Amino acid sequence: MLTQLPYLAVVLIAGIGIATILLKKNLIKMIMGLGVLTGSANLFLVTLGYRDGGIAPIYTSAPEGVMVLSTVQAMTVTNIVIGFATTALLLAFAIMLYRKYGSVETGDIRRLRE
Amino acid sequence: MSQYVPLLVALPLIAAFAMPLVGMLGKTIRNSLAIIAMAGTVTAALLLVYEVLVNGTIIYAFGAFDPSLAIPFDSGGVPIRILFVIDAMSAFMVLTAAIMMFAVVLYSLSSESEQTGQDGYYALLFLMMVGIFGMVTTGDLFNFFVFLEINSLAGAALAAYRINKGLSVEGGLKYAFISTIAGLFFLFAIGMLYGQYNSLNIAYIASVIDLTGLSLVALVLMITSLAMKAGSVPMHFWTPDTYSSAPSSITAILIVSSMASLYAIFRVAFSLYGVTMNVVTIGWIIIILGILSMFIGVSMALPQKDVKRLMAYHSVSQIGYMLVGLGVGVAVLGDTQMMNEFGLVAMEGGIFHIINYALYKGLLFLIAGAVIYRCGTRNLNELGGLGHSMKWTMGFFIIAALAIAGIPPFNGFASKILIYESVFIFNPYISVIAMVVSIMTLASFVKVFHSMFMGPKLPQYAEVKEVPLPMLIGMGLLAALIILFGLFPDLVVNLLIEPAALAFIDQSGYISSVMGGI
Amino acid sequence: MQMSRIVRTTADIAFPFILVYGFYIIIHGHLTPGGGFQGGAILASAMLLLLLAYRYHESIRHVRKTMMKTLESGGLLLFAFTALSAMALGAGYFYNWLSPGGVLFGDIVEVGSALANLNTAGLIPIMNLAVGIEVVGAVSVILLALLSGIKEKI
Repeated sequence: MLTQLPYLAVVLIAGIGIATILLKKNLIKMIMGLGVLTGSANLFLVTLGYRDGGIAPIYTSAPEGVMVLSTVQAMTVTNIVIGFATTALLLAFAIMLYRKYGSVETGDIRRLRE
Repeated sequence: MSQYVPLLVALPLIAAFAMPLVGMLGKTIRNSLAIIAMAGTVTAALLLVYEVLVNGTIIYAFGAFDPSLAIPFDSGGVPIRILFVIDAMSAFMVLTAAIMMFAVVLYSLSSESEQTGQDGYYALLFLMMVGIFGMVTTGDLFNFFVFLEINSLAGAALAAYRINKGLSVEGGLKYAFISTIAGLFFLFAIGMLYGQYNSLNIAYIASVIDLTGLSLVALVLMITSLAMKAGSVPMHFWTPDTYSSAPSSITAILIVSSMASLYAIFRVAFSLYGVTMNVVTIGWIIIILGILSMFIGVSMALPQKDVKRLMAYHSVSQIGYMLVGLGVGVAVLGDTQMMNEFGLVAMEGGIFHIINYALYKGLLFLIAGAVIYRCGTRNLNELGGLGHSMKWTMGFFIIAALAIAGIPPFNGFASKILIYESVFIFNPYISVIAMVVSIMTLASFVKVFHSMFMGPKLPQYAEVKEVPLPMLIGMGLLAALIILFGLFPDLVVNLLIEPAALAFIDQSGYISSVMGGI
Repeated sequence: MQMSRIVRTTADIAFPFILVYGFYIIIHGHLTPGGGFQGGAILASAMLLLLLAYRYHESIRHVRKTMMKTLESGGLLLFAFTALSAMALGAGYFYNWLSPGGVLFGDIVEVGSALANLNTAGLIPIMNLAVGIEVVGAVSVILLALLSGIKEKI
């Protein structure tokens, strides 16, 4: 049961992230929700590679023992970088919208509707 | 061993990276770099396609001394490197992307010439091409995710690059949100597969996969996320906003990127899961998505007044045709008799429609861009009488509009007739719906043609001239290909489409091309 | 908004140390946790410290946007051409032709628990360096862009 706990956390955090994106009307909060969702994906990947009692996968001066999987960690780092780029892009959009409309509430900036 | 495979990604990547530096040297040098990089990439792509058609599937292992060696000797029979697997289907997608890239870069040289921030524009354009080429050639799931994200980020930034009083930013924002959420869902699915099979290679996973509950969840997540990216119906709401607010040249590229996502849906369905999944259920889900996309797309398009918004709704509707054609292929997968009877033809129709759709839809958006470039408005009620001054543009529009409506001598007819015929045997009702949608499409484009080009010359557009030559060349290339594909459909089908369809069906061939006949 | 003298002095003193630490993370990327992105992010955080401690138009005299853009493009080009260089030798894209036995970073890695040898891993340290240069440029450009968004309000 204890080993399943992180997966439960993943589902919970992903749920919070999606709910934030769907329910909040403030752009900044929506971007934060996306960040939370990215975090849950990262947690999921790292948990996949975890081995009980495993050590960090560094060969320099490594003690004996089982190592945790390194591929998922590389994937996690990649996803962190991508998440960083996405957040920066979305925040730049938010700044531009704020300049044009003077607000970051989605209700105020919906002009593309017909 | 083909040296063209890495060039497909490396050349646009280097061009994109060099663009901000070269941009400081001046406009002419930057534009020539864009042309040179585009020409190099397109040449590499064409040579690669030729090689695949002659020699069959090409494997390229990154970071290996001998890239054709998919499985290193000391890895225990598992592919560990990032592999690019280019079979006939991937080659077909590479060809589609290369043609569109050629047209769009030429078109952009004039259409964007008065905009600021062109260094960023070309850098992002080439990054987007990297994403598209990577998505359609890679044989590695995580690598696919990375290319998907490159594509999404570049696409979102490009869609918002003309700020346009905030409108474009809004469209870009929607695209960025949707594609990031889709990408994260896809990442979850990759994690589920990696947790079970300890590999990211599509061919290896396909060779060991069985349908556990987790694999099923992963399949659903993958198809959902990619359908979101492709702009199929339940998640289509971003398409009209983003397509209509983005610059027209970018919309044409966004179309190709949605085609790459569509390709990935079927790569997952055919090559990754194959007959292990419940093909009939999954096939029907895809077909129903397709029918809904067709119908909702076209009925939303009819009342639109904004010309680009109208075309965007039509692109939702056209994606439905591909989903139906290829979905029928999924539904009869594994049943040799039904597959030979009509499944293969339906798939050929769906695949042929991908390139046809990219051609005529890209052309339509470029024409809309040309009209906006000269007249400055996209409202159909304000436009009119342009046929007197923009004769070439009008000619191209007639070609593209007849092609999208499926009128005989053009390419849209060639692929639609394949879909009608074969789907009629599968289920006649779907075929009837597809034909009705086609008629509604024609009606809608007659309206556009009438309000844009017909009528007397309006006084406010008295000064309007034909668009500059590079734009005409870009559009003319697409128009010429539409006519060519419409006149010689048999040639195209035999040469390109049938190998592509067979490559999709032949899952064991895909696996053995990587795993070496295990 | 003007930061107090304490903040400015602390930023001045901490700045070189953060830079050294960032370079350490980049250079040891192939031996210990870290690497190009992580080290580059630390370097960029040093830039952020300057940007926060000083006013926007004060700090852009030192952290120039064109310089950062050049760093970004230069790092990326170095990365792409390093990867491409293997193809000139007839090997595959990204092939690590410097390891083992190359002139630079060419030592053979000793198996087992040995002390870390910086002079190993072939192209990987070069690529880490390239990524580090790219990230410090890119993150600084992003920070400058985001900060320029609020400059009118202050």
